[in-house]
Amino acid sequence: MLRAPTSLLSRVHARSYATAPSPHALVFLEHRQGDLESASLSALTAASQLGGQVTGLVVGSPDEVSSVIDKAKRLQGLSTLLHSSSPQYSTLLPEAVSPLFEKLLSQNSPFTHVVSAHSSSAKSILPRVAARLDVPAVSDVTSLEHDAASGSTTFTRPIYAGNAICTVRAPSSIPIKFFTVRSTAFAAAAVEDAAEIEVKTLDPVEVSDPPTEHIGTSLTKSDRPDLGVASRVVSGGRALKNAETFQSTLYPLADALGAAVGASRAAVDAGYADNSLQVGQTGKVVAPELYMALGISGAIQHLAGMKDSKLIVAINKDPDAPIFQVADVGLVADLFEAVPEMVEKLKQ
Amino acid sequence: MRPSAVRLLNIFVPIKRAVDYAVKIRVNPEQTGIDLNVKHSMNPFDEIAVEEAVRIRERLKDAVKSIKVVTIGPPKSAETLRTALAMGADSAIHVEIPESAPAPEPLGVAKTLRALIERQKEGVDVVIMGKQAIDDDAGQTGQMLAGLLGWSQATFASKVVVDPEQKVANVTHLMVRIIHNISSHAVNFQFFEEPRYASLPNIMKAKKKPVEKLTTAELGIDLTPRLETIKVTEPPKRVGGGKVANVDELLAKLKEAGISGKHA
Repeated sequence: MLRAPTSLLSRVHARSYATAPSPHALVFLEHRQGDLESASLSALTAASQLGGQVTGLVVGSPDEVSSVIDKAKRLQGLSTLLHSSSPQYSTLLPEAVSPLFEKLLSQNSPFTHVVSAHSSSAKSILPRVAARLDVPAVSDVTSLEHDAASGSTTFTRPIYAGNAICTVRAPSSIPIKFFTVRSTAFAAAAVEDAAEIEVKTLDPVEVSDPPTEHIGTSLTKSDRPDLGVASRVVSGGRALKNAETFQSTLYPLADALGAAVGASRAAVDAGYADNSLQVGQTGKVVAPELYMALGISGAIQHLAGMKDSKLIVAINKDPDAPIFQVADVGLVADLFEAVPEMVEKLKQ
Repeated sequence: MRPSAVRLLNIFVPIKRAVDYAVKIRVNPEQTGIDLNVKHSMNPFDEIAVEEAVRIRERLKDAVKSIKVVTIGPPKSAETLRTALAMGADSAIHVEIPESAPAPEPLGVAKTLRALIERQKEGVDVVIMGKQAIDDDAGQTGQMLAGLLGWSQATFASKVVVDPEQKVANVTHLMVRIIHNISSHAVNFQFFEEPRYASLPNIMKAKKKPVEKLTTAELGIDLTPRLETIKVTEPPKRVGGGKVANVDELLAKLKEAGISGKHA
């Protein structure tokens, strides 16, 4: 009936050190279509701030990995690059990938930290691995400081949808400190040409009879910049009325500015926009140079996803909309008039 | 008369009592946490999980044998369990912790849930839970539970189709469709159809549904946090820059900030 819990790894935190080991971070480097994800480059920057060695890990299908390692080994801040490929890793199912992490982290592992972007695949995989190693994890870190003498690491992270900032310390009694990084809080690590780093192949850990099978993927295709990393974002809310007016109003402005398109939860729930466009506590967190909130009231859940933007511009009919309390530039107007006028004038 | 060829599913739904999502929270003067003397309700993502469990039963009828909701929290969490029972869950377990106890960490919660699942005589086939709690925003418990149990997991699900005969669940999450073996399955939800409101008769009925009370000592679980909370502070305040009168002024402000048309 119930599957017996498979052999859980014996507690790793029984190890004790006379002095704290110097930090050695393992950074999970994610990639897509032959390119490293920029959020992983931010994770690498965060890992470098620990002040010790940093090893990168690239996992994927044989094709993907071979096209990514050339770029990955030139990343500034990496001392070693590990890569592991297997047809089983082509979709990064947590059940297939976590045994590789477990093996890497349990056999006299040199690693003191495991770092990744706060991305959806890392969020799926790393807590699973942490639990199997019997260590807690820290999510969505915005700053960190490692105390080499005591072997403890202090992190700050937003809680309550970004309405409070919590400072937590992972003491030395946690032998491997797992954390995911809010990419907008750390600059992306640079790619340099000269770096010579050690590149090692890691044998995949084949999972026979995996309990999960990937059937298919459907991606939202778009020529606009990716929402998570765009320097400008134009976002629409419930006031856009329907999917057609959402597109016909927002897209020309986004194109005129070279911006990505985002949406509030209300717009997503009402079917105006795909949920991959959602900005907020439950969607993506963005921090572009320019964030334009059009017909968005500014619920705290939405603000959680965009209030670190450099310049916030809001257009709303309601002068009392809470968005105006955070907007650097506010315009009380009917967006169906104001937005086309802006597009016109931006083109001039 | 129950069809014997179909496997009867027992569904577990862990839920959490949290500060209501609409409350504007305040950090306490001691900077140890936030002021908790405010309205609490069920974590919104957990409401979605309860709703989905009830809908799975509505679709599969007798193939779902039980829906059990579980919470780990102070005495007041009992209200949250009653809400879930009024939405359609059959029974509940309350692992009670003292009001003054620090909030348990996801790993501790996952271990408690594992202990509870292992105590169920008829076993548990599917665990459905919210993708994150809106207070700690950790988003780890479901994955940790699946890891501890060695079960399959489907995070951020937006659609779930359960086939009890084939023992398979087809889960769409983040636009990816994945098949899961149903006999070992933990799903956590991102968002879904609107959770239902409990009607008054259902609220009355929920008062009679069984709630089992347990303590962490009975389960042999230690919920002491392993991470130390040093302090909780207000985020830097963002102050609005005021309003402009028209589109021209708005564009002038953009220009001032160095933003002009297409790829400046």
